[in-house]
Amino acid sequence: MEELFVHGLEWTTKDLFCYPNEFIYWSIQIVMYPYMTGLVAGAFVLSSLYHVFGQEDLKDIARFSLVFSLALLPVAAMPLLMHLQQTLRAIEPLLTPHFTSAIAAFGIVFSSYALIVISEIWFVYREFIVAQVEALKDKPGAGNAVMRFLYRGMTMGAYDVSEKAIATDHRAVKILAAIGIPVACFLHGYAGFIFGSVKANALWMSPLMPVIFIMSAVVSGIALCMLTYIVIMEWKKFSTTLARGRGDQAVKVLGGVELDVIKKTSRYLLGFLIAAISLELLDLIFRGYTAMKSWDILRSVMYGKDFINIFVLQYGLGNLVPFTLLLLPKMTIRRMVVALCLVLYGVFMMRWNVVIGGQAFSLSFAGYMHYHLPIIPHNLETFKEGLFGALTVAVTPFLLFWGINKIIPCLNVPKID
Amino acid sequence: MSCSRRKFLKTTIAGAAAASVPLSALKFISPDEVRASVGDEKTRWVFLVDTQKCVGCGFCVKACKLENEVPYDVPVTRTWVERYVVTRDGQTHIDSPDGGREGYPTAKMNDEVIDPKEISKAFFVPKLCNQCQNPACVQVCPVGATYQTLDGVVLIDRKWCIGCGYCVMACPYGVRFFHPVHKVAEKCTFCYHRISQGLKTACVDACSFGARQIGNLKDPNDPVTRVIMNERVAVLKDEYGTKPQVFYIGLDKEVR
Repeated sequence: MEELFVHGLEWTTKDLFCYPNEFIYWSIQIVMYPYMTGLVAGAFVLSSLYHVFGQEDLKDIARFSLVFSLALLPVAAMPLLMHLQQTLRAIEPLLTPHFTSAIAAFGIVFSSYALIVISEIWFVYREFIVAQVEALKDKPGAGNAVMRFLYRGMTMGAYDVSEKAIATDHRAVKILAAIGIPVACFLHGYAGFIFGSVKANALWMSPLMPVIFIMSAVVSGIALCMLTYIVIMEWKKFSTTLARGRGDQAVKVLGGVELDVIKKTSRYLLGFLIAAISLELLDLIFRGYTAMKSWDILRSVMYGKDFINIFVLQYGLGNLVPFTLLLLPKMTIRRMVVALCLVLYGVFMMRWNVVIGGQAFSLSFAGYMHYHLPIIPHNLETFKEGLFGALTVAVTPFLLFWGINKIIPCLNVPKID
Repeated sequence: MSCSRRKFLKTTIAGAAAASVPLSALKFISPDEVRASVGDEKTRWVFLVDTQKCVGCGFCVKACKLENEVPYDVPVTRTWVERYVVTRDGQTHIDSPDGGREGYPTAKMNDEVIDPKEISKAFFVPKLCNQCQNPACVQVCPVGATYQTLDGVVLIDRKWCIGCGYCVMACPYGVRFFHPVHKVAEKCTFCYHRISQGLKTACVDACSFGARQIGNLKDPNDPVTRVIMNERVAVLKDEYGTKPQVFYIGLDKEVR
């Protein structure tokens, strides 16, 4: 007999009166989706700061964050694929898009964004790719032959590396990066629209939702990029220390540059954090003040069942603590790392409280639903929509990045560009 | 050289695009076939529930599950019956165990037995898809797998639904769920396969008390239309602007 699997039954418990068909249908993967999309957008925007606005101090991290955003890109769609009940039909929104739906445009926005990122990377790396084809020409071994074949394919026949051609490449990079910024913001802001436009859900339904989502995306994107920047600079410092000894001048210079860049960027982080928190609080106060029909149940969820998640973990640990850490004088890298991790955690909790919190109460306003994250999977469904599915999504960008970095190295390539 | 490459790429793209058009997309459908599959504008199917007549036997739920092949032992259902008990202290108790498919043989509600002397009023409310005039579920479907027929019924194409759950989220009435076997969105269709053949829905046929009736709102002589036009009826959650087409007689303010 085939297994009857009621989607949602596994991880939902009900309290008081909920309609029979109500379950937590949108679970951990839908928490991961806006979180990962936000990180993609953030990484790309950071790389554009160098390519479009010529922020020279971001030169190193710009190349890294551009390639990292390519690694993050498939991962933004991955939670959606894992969430779909009919994953094999995932192409349909592109075949028969039904544009009254907020999700219908996802494939189009997502693939145009992917095209922008891939072509920008191609232009950035074209000279390098041509150089590789030449370099591998006379080298023996099957591995080198395969790599040379790969690079030859990647040139797409464009072997011209004259000064004029390279200048054209640079112009193309600039244009693509400039187009990419609004597209990245749109890709993310509209994730907020997907939730904000669900009129049946009392918690989600708010015109502020897309703006709140963009703000928190920028916050998480900047935080992740700052964090990776710190990791890279620390690695550089470490390798310089190994090569030249602890007290070397170069180590001090690197440390000074690192703190300077991080301090500058943290001002933007603070600004966006303030905007995000203000909007969220405005939304909360407005709901309490207008006290519509749904307020009774919303209040009991926010101030009761989800109090720890919302006010302690999200606003307290994820917003207030890092905010204080960032404002305190005599900033150190260590304190900054703690603050950035907490900011990333705070944004994750915000996604959690929106997605899971929005399903914590029944549409009847007379009952509650509780979400129990499946930890040990016992079938495909509990893997996909459980802890390990979420971890798979979280780990994949780093694996992809490792692979991509083998082909187009973006760490410690001093020569090109 | 570069010119012939360009030509090659052009031909490749054109060829790939042509190959990606599925042959079924080119099938011609006769106007009769279209009319049969999307209904016609001379009909507007509506439902009438008389809550005064419902006794909560659950036969409608059973009949629906059998007729529409929704597995019996799962808690999801296309239609269900809710029990409301309002006590003298003003508290409202609501339950619908397994959608009420076994009826309500005990006085126990949510593990609590209510003293009959404390009850000020009690009643049953059958629920089903409202086949809204302005359906939120159709609006949000990203692939157009759920659609509204010309005679007003909202249907789902099981071969095209991707199972994203957006429609489930968008329905204010909570009528949608994922079919445990087909793994796609599922909901009440007013038994479209029956009503389009001149039959009544399974739940209407199963109701011995006449609490459920189906009719055509565009036919002024239809008994259901006459009740909707001449008597005082209400709908559920009209604040969402969905214009529900299931009308209720004797709807209490406590009904969710």
